[in-house]
Amino acid sequence: MPTLTAKKMSTRLSRPAPELIFGDLWEFDPAPESADPKLKARYELFIDGKFVAPKSGKYFDSINPANEQKLAEIALAGPADVDAAYAAAKRAYDGVWGKLPGRERAKYLYRIARLLQDRAREFAVAETLDGGKPIKESRDFDVPMAAAHFFYHAGWADKLDYVAPGRRVAPLGVVGQVIPWNFPLLMCAWKLAPALAMGNTVVLKPAETTSITALKLAEIFQDAGLPPGVVNFVTGAGDVGAAVMNHPTPAKIAFTGSTEVGKIIMRALAGSDKKMTMELGGKAANIVFDDAPLDQAVEGIVNGIFFNQGHVCCAGSRLLVQESVAEKVLAKLKNRIRTLRVGDPMDKNTDIGAINSREQLDKITRLVAAGVREGNEIFQPACKLPAKGFYFRPTIFSGVSMSSRVVREEIFGPVLSILTFRTVDEAIEKANNTAYGLSAGVWTDKGSRILKMSTELKAGVVWANTYNKFDPTSPFGGYKESGFGREGGRQGLLDYCKLV
Amino acid sequence: MSRLPITKTPKVYVGGAFIRSESARVFPLKDASGEFFANIPQCTRKDLRNAVEAAAKAGPGWAKRTAYNRGQILYRLGEMIEARAGEMADAITLGGATPAAAAREVAATVERLIYYAGWTDKYEQVLGNVNPVAAPYFNFTVTEPMGIIGVIAPDEAPLLALISLIAPAITSGNTVVALASSTQPYPAILLGEMLATSDLPGGVVNLLTGFRKELISTFATHTHLRAISAVVNAEERKALALGAADSVKRTHLRKAEDKHDWLADSAQSLEAIRETLEFKTTWHPVGA
Amino acid sequence: MLVRSPQAALQRLFDEVGTVDQIGIEERVAKFGTRSIKQTAKVWGLKTAVSMVDLTTLEGKDTPGKVASLCQKALAPHDPELGVPQVAAVCVYPAMVRHARRALGCDTAVRIASVATAFPSGQAPLKTRLAEVKAAVADGADEIDMVINRGAFLAGEFGEMQDEIAAVVQACGATTLKVILEVSELETFDNIRAASFLAMRVIRPGDFIKTSTGKTSLNATLGNNQVMLEAIRDFYLDTGVAIAMKPAGGIRTAKQALTFLVAVKETLGDAWLNNRRYRFGASSLLNDLVRQLEKEKTGAYQAPYYFSEAAESY
Repeated sequence: MPTLTAKKMSTRLSRPAPELIFGDLWEFDPAPESADPKLKARYELFIDGKFVAPKSGKYFDSINPANEQKLAEIALAGPADVDAAYAAAKRAYDGVWGKLPGRERAKYLYRIARLLQDRAREFAVAETLDGGKPIKESRDFDVPMAAAHFFYHAGWADKLDYVAPGRRVAPLGVVGQVIPWNFPLLMCAWKLAPALAMGNTVVLKPAETTSITALKLAEIFQDAGLPPGVVNFVTGAGDVGAAVMNHPTPAKIAFTGSTEVGKIIMRALAGSDKKMTMELGGKAANIVFDDAPLDQAVEGIVNGIFFNQGHVCCAGSRLLVQESVAEKVLAKLKNRIRTLRVGDPMDKNTDIGAINSREQLDKITRLVAAGVREGNEIFQPACKLPAKGFYFRPTIFSGVSMSSRVVREEIFGPVLSILTFRTVDEAIEKANNTAYGLSAGVWTDKGSRILKMSTELKAGVVWANTYNKFDPTSPFGGYKESGFGREGGRQGLLDYCKLV
Repeated sequence: MSRLPITKTPKVYVGGAFIRSESARVFPLKDASGEFFANIPQCTRKDLRNAVEAAAKAGPGWAKRTAYNRGQILYRLGEMIEARAGEMADAITLGGATPAAAAREVAATVERLIYYAGWTDKYEQVLGNVNPVAAPYFNFTVTEPMGIIGVIAPDEAPLLALISLIAPAITSGNTVVALASSTQPYPAILLGEMLATSDLPGGVVNLLTGFRKELISTFATHTHLRAISAVVNAEERKALALGAADSVKRTHLRKAEDKHDWLADSAQSLEAIRETLEFKTTWHPVGA
Repeated sequence: MLVRSPQAALQRLFDEVGTVDQIGIEERVAKFGTRSIKQTAKVWGLKTAVSMVDLTTLEGKDTPGKVASLCQKALAPHDPELGVPQVAAVCVYPAMVRHARRALGCDTAVRIASVATAFPSGQAPLKTRLAEVKAAVADGADEIDMVINRGAFLAGEFGEMQDEIAAVVQACGATTLKVILEVSELETFDNIRAASFLAMRVIRPGDFIKTSTGKTSLNATLGNNQVMLEAIRDFYLDTGVAIAMKPAGGIRTAKQALTFLVAVKETLGDAWLNNRRYRFGASSLLNDLVRQLEKEKTGAYQAPYYFSEAAESY
């Protein structure tokens, strides 16, 4: 009875589609974290175990991106300060740290891990104030994970014979490290812990917008009695970073940051004998098959792109959904995004905090505008944003093509592009069609397909039926232009030693 | 009347075929006494590009071979060289080596291949890990071949050094585009013939002859080469490292000015295999 | 030919309604517990939770007197000055329904729920189970809490399971039905989701699906609650039919109840934040909710023995 069917269809279509209401019936009161971050008004350089003023006498402001207010002054290092830091690191390596038995080095690292756990809440608040990430992330992820990295690597310090089977390993000497602003304390731990466990000494430069927790960590080094010069912090912008990277002293440099800057460093070091670890950008594909557990996939998509405001090199910024479930996934995703709470990073209920800096906010705004100009369909929830501070709504682009700018460029913000695919091969091809290769996600209920995807995806980390998971025991690092070397696990230690 | 021998026209082995340079250029090779021996292809940047394409084509299939199969093929290559050891030793003496030294080099080359043949199905067991993450996930780290590896061989030990750079790369399923010794290219020409009869799929190892100064910048900047494994001088190291930066290429540059004892056991290692591997870590929840 | 085995039947059902990743959903629900509920939001949440309680007594030693005192508590959980609302319902065995009706009277918003259908095992002939439902309804039950035939579900006999629910729906007439899945016996989240869909397809708008009887080792958890909330959401968005939800057993503290409500708020939204769409099957929960409301009012932490029917009198 075709007419009846047609009639039934039309009544069905005319009925308004059922919708969920995520309104303010039960609005949460503000729940600000109130612990004292114990900030100093002014942070000096940390060289040779002491806080010292920069030779230039110059300082720059570190501001809170959530409200644009000044938090503290940070010393601006110059070339002479970098020289002093390296001289201290060299003395510490030659005189103390390089000769210390592994079990003694281990004890210092264990102490650092414990002292950091003791002061976890204070560090979490400082991290959130300085960087803009939600307090629940710095509290539940950044700080505990940083402590875990020290604790894990501590135990390696006296077991280095097991790092490279059949070979003995030795430290490289002095190491220069430059880290980004997205996980300021955690990146510090990722870089320092393996270097120190192996017996190297370090000069590290934090990112200019997020130096505070590194310098608070220096207080812990003092409390732990870490020998002077084993770790030295020099603060400032890109020129200080260049001075750290290009200095003649270090035997190795390690960098985490953009691919663009990574290439500059590689060029600058061409012809030198320095070893390098590069942990660079990404444009990860997060692939959802039609048999996936969809609600968990949606959770993984949200966690993949909105974790830390999308300021994550391994963010799942390209969502590849199998055509048959694309509409369903998009609908679920929109409903999920409607429940995200954007705003004051210090509020315990905030899911998405402040963008790290005005510069980064401008970049995100520019790229999203380009995405709109390209004609992509944009979705942003109608959440209120604070009047002051750097904020950006979680954003998804759908109906996007592989050639779109928002698909190809790393945005480093809460912006997701959605593409579709039909077959396994098409998914693999689209996922690998990028110069990056840091991470990938795959969601499917079929076991053999997971292993097939994991094998075919050109990425250093593959999250299957999960996303954005990290652990000190789990090596992290990229393929292709996402860099080389690994951080974490046994493999990470190999990048801080030489075989003898 | 003595018979005029038929001389062999040297051709390079690229993509499983024996070819002349696309430029039709050659350079004369003289023997130890200074007599003309043969014309050697003077490969160009385009030849290098073509070789990379051949390697790209062969790569996925080679990487998917079972480790057992790759091991047998490397072993077979050893058999092929062993069977023509005398001929290969003669090729090495062209460069001035004594017959005894040449024979030693050929023997060491075979040993090296047998060494790596044995690693194909073991390195993963030594280098990979299951990682005890602090959450309900099964987490494991495996290795994967990087892809296409550029090899630049030193002038000395024209067979052994070349194989010492190539073998660890193909052990894991990489493919190779190699530039042979410029001063002693002939062993590489012969090696091509042995590769062709060794069950190694065409395109897995591509051998070029020619001049470094013409090719080094292409090795440096070709973005499809994922790593460079080379024995080069300071100037070449800098050029390679600069070019590598453009595509974040991995470089393993040994110093030409250092003394390398290619015959020693230290010239073969698990480490050499690791240099052309990527580590991949996979997470999966453990639940019902 | 398709394989006819329970697992094959389940697999086809999973293909149709989708699966659940256990670790993924457990991580999701762990985040609900990190929501910080303070001040007015806390008071609203606590009062709403009180209004959602199905105040339950399901013991062999239940007496008309015990039920009467339960009903008194349901009508006036605490000092009227505190503004604590009445609970949604009392939940009793069928034999106690008429006693509850006598205690509550007819002119009350507090409903009477009764666990019929050979609760908790359901292991009685269908005819007997239906008779029990009808008797409870006749005695004045406003709501029937039935148990599904878990044996039929696990054997892949979905038609049998659904037919039995449909028969109970018939027997209920205008009475609201709550379908207890007894999640601990279904074991996996995949099964819980699948069983939720089977049940929702034969019950009516406003009927409930419910986690547990409270008589097995594992009752309501944030995890199985979430699986069912997501099933309700998907079913609603697909059909427009709004099914209600009742976690039961194991929810003892106000903090737990608030966390369950956060799950409702962030999964189903505002339209489910009321006692027509969401209930708590609990006995000791009510006291803790009232206790926390008192604390919010006075600022002082409260000893348990200030609250009637407290289990802890130490």
